[in-house]
Amino acid sequence: MRRKPQIAFFWLSVLLVALPFLTGAALGNSWVRVLDFALLYVMLALGLNIVVGYAGLLDLGYVAFYALGAYLYAWLASPHFGVHLPFWAVLPLGAALAGLFGVLLGAPTLRLRGDYLAIVTLGFGEIIRIFMNNLNAPVNITNGPQGINLIDPVALGGFRFAGTQQVLGVSLPSTYLFYYLFLAFTLAAIFIAMRLQDSRIGRAWAALREDEVAAAAMGVNTRNLKLLAFAMGATFGGLAGGLFAAFQGFISPESFNLWESILILCMIVLGGMGHIPGVILGAVLLTVLPEALRYIGDWQRHAFGHVYVDPSDLRMLLFGLALVLMMVYRPAGLIPSRQRKREFAAEDGVAEQEQASLYDARG
Amino acid sequence: MLEVNAVSKRFGGVTALEDVTLAVNKGEIYGLIGPNGAGKTTLFNCMTGLYSVTSGEIRLEGHPLHNRKPHEIVARGFARTFQNIRLFANMTALENIMVGRHTRTRAGVLGAVLRCERTRAEERAIRERARELLDFAGLHGKGRFLAGHLPYGDQRRLEIARALATDPHLLALDEPVAGMNPTERRQMGELFRRLRDAGITLLLIEHDVKLVMDVCDRVAVLDYGRKIAEGTPEQVQRDPAVIAAYLGAETRAAGAAP
Ligand SMILES: Nc1ncnc2c1ncn2[C@@H]1O[C@H](COP(=O)(O)OP(=O)(O)OP(=O)(O)O)[C@@H](O)[C@H]1O
Ligand SMILES: [Mg+2]
Repeated sequence: MRRKPQIAFFWLSVLLVALPFLTGAALGNSWVRVLDFALLYVMLALGLNIVVGYAGLLDLGYVAFYALGAYLYAWLASPHFGVHLPFWAVLPLGAALAGLFGVLLGAPTLRLRGDYLAIVTLGFGEIIRIFMNNLNAPVNITNGPQGINLIDPVALGGFRFAGTQQVLGVSLPSTYLFYYLFLAFTLAAIFIAMRLQDSRIGRAWAALREDEVAAAAMGVNTRNLKLLAFAMGATFGGLAGGLFAAFQGFISPESFNLWESILILCMIVLGGMGHIPGVILGAVLLTVLPEALRYIGDWQRHAFGHVYVDPSDLRMLLFGLALVLMMVYRPAGLIPSRQRKREFAAEDGVAEQEQASLYDARG
Repeated sequence: MLEVNAVSKRFGGVTALEDVTLAVNKGEIYGLIGPNGAGKTTLFNCMTGLYSVTSGEIRLEGHPLHNRKPHEIVARGFARTFQNIRLFANMTALENIMVGRHTRTRAGVLGAVLRCERTRAEERAIRERARELLDFAGLHGKGRFLAGHLPYGDQRRLEIARALATDPHLLALDEPVAGMNPTERRQMGELFRRLRDAGITLLLIEHDVKLVMDVCDRVAVLDYGRKIAEGTPEQVQRDPAVIAAYLGAETRAAGAAP
């Protein structure tokens, strides 16, 4: 019986290694690019999940950290400033900068809860984007709405993630190479997120999410733990941002708008907040499905010779519908943690019990 | 051990505490009683850092507690429970107690991620201590249940276990037997004495007069935010001011009800 998880693990590894080839063969190489993005979003969703899912802080400005990671990468590895630092040096710097901003932006929000926190973080997210949009004069820092391009391709010890490369006698396009690079980072992110959840820190976050006052009264330093959650989440975001810049070779403020924050939040909510498998599924689904919807345009052209329903409109419509259906049928997410599931199932019971306890206490 | 010196607390126009002075000695069970709305819970909240005091000072073994952060006060060895139970309802009973170990343990992000031998040893110790406390509070075998799903009496006991996990010298209990039946109340009285014998000083808010008379060494009475009496349970029980306050409270309540 002990062998079973190992066998599953083996086949999962084989699948993950073979996935770009299978996808490329079945759907074409453009879909491997979609896989790359799916991995990027898994990292982002895992990061935001630390803030929202673990610590219960509703952050709507998460994309700001993604932007910071990406811009730092572009500043330190492109002709924009003429600085060309290597990948392994820039990426941690971007993650650290984002983490620092996580603390800076988190600090003023410490007293805020729920809706108020959401509004303020949303503002921060927009401020960063607007800065990126406008910091091209008097000194050109971000190159404004045009963004920064010609970002250096990733090179690791002489191996370049650009064009097609020969690896062990197989020629791999760069999208394949990035898949493996992102996969390595994603696995590390999953590992860190799992370990954090099941630790002294993770329990303190959960306590904070459940009842901030009680957590404080049990000795949890709520200020530090909130800042730590913001910092950890932001670090994941900054890392993903750096990878994104390296992958695209071009970034502009447009990529970091509010919609992006909401999308990442939806991934968490759809998959199952606070539960890593759920978050991964949510991120993959919400990256892959919109791409799949593009086929509807082709299909219409094929069938009617004209596109009646614009796939991008349909995307929003189906997206909304999916969320509504989910709220009704699976409010705790597609794969909720056992805890979350009970939480939603028990809501009425707990509320009743709370009433009763108040009543008892008074009487 | 605990000195409350001329503490006042105002919420806008409401004076919840006025010039309250009292001292709790090491090793005693100190009762705090008074009619509804007298300011007992407010005093607890001021002591444990949830409210700032308007004026006055509170000291624990000489260290000022007023206007300190709750976690700093817990670290000093002063823990509490809540009148309207505030467990982490969606965490298990055991996890609730494990959170209580937070101040007495160290593992940070790096320790959590690397899970080195030190972290693992610490985690084992946390779990072990939490199990002990679970048994101590009479919740043997209930560690895996969600705190919010436990019966009412067990939730009260779990709150005490969670507070004990912070290794307090002084434990403040806000109506710990509210909603319990007489048998359970007797058991809780036993538990309080065991805690005192283990060297923990207890501060007890309670409406159950019988229990207060049974277990408390000394009692203070609050009414309208003022301390109107202090002494042994027998002295306090005979104090005319106390009798007037309670009778007054009854007439007030009777007057309010149609
Ligand atoms: N956060 C607050 N804001 C405003 N008023 C408050 C607050 N907390 C307590 N009060 C007021 O302070 C007074 C004392 O309340 P407190 O809860 O301390 O009484 P209590 O003695 O614990 O009563 P009970 O026996 O009903 O628990 C009440 O008039 C209450 O309305
Ligand atoms: Mg009270």
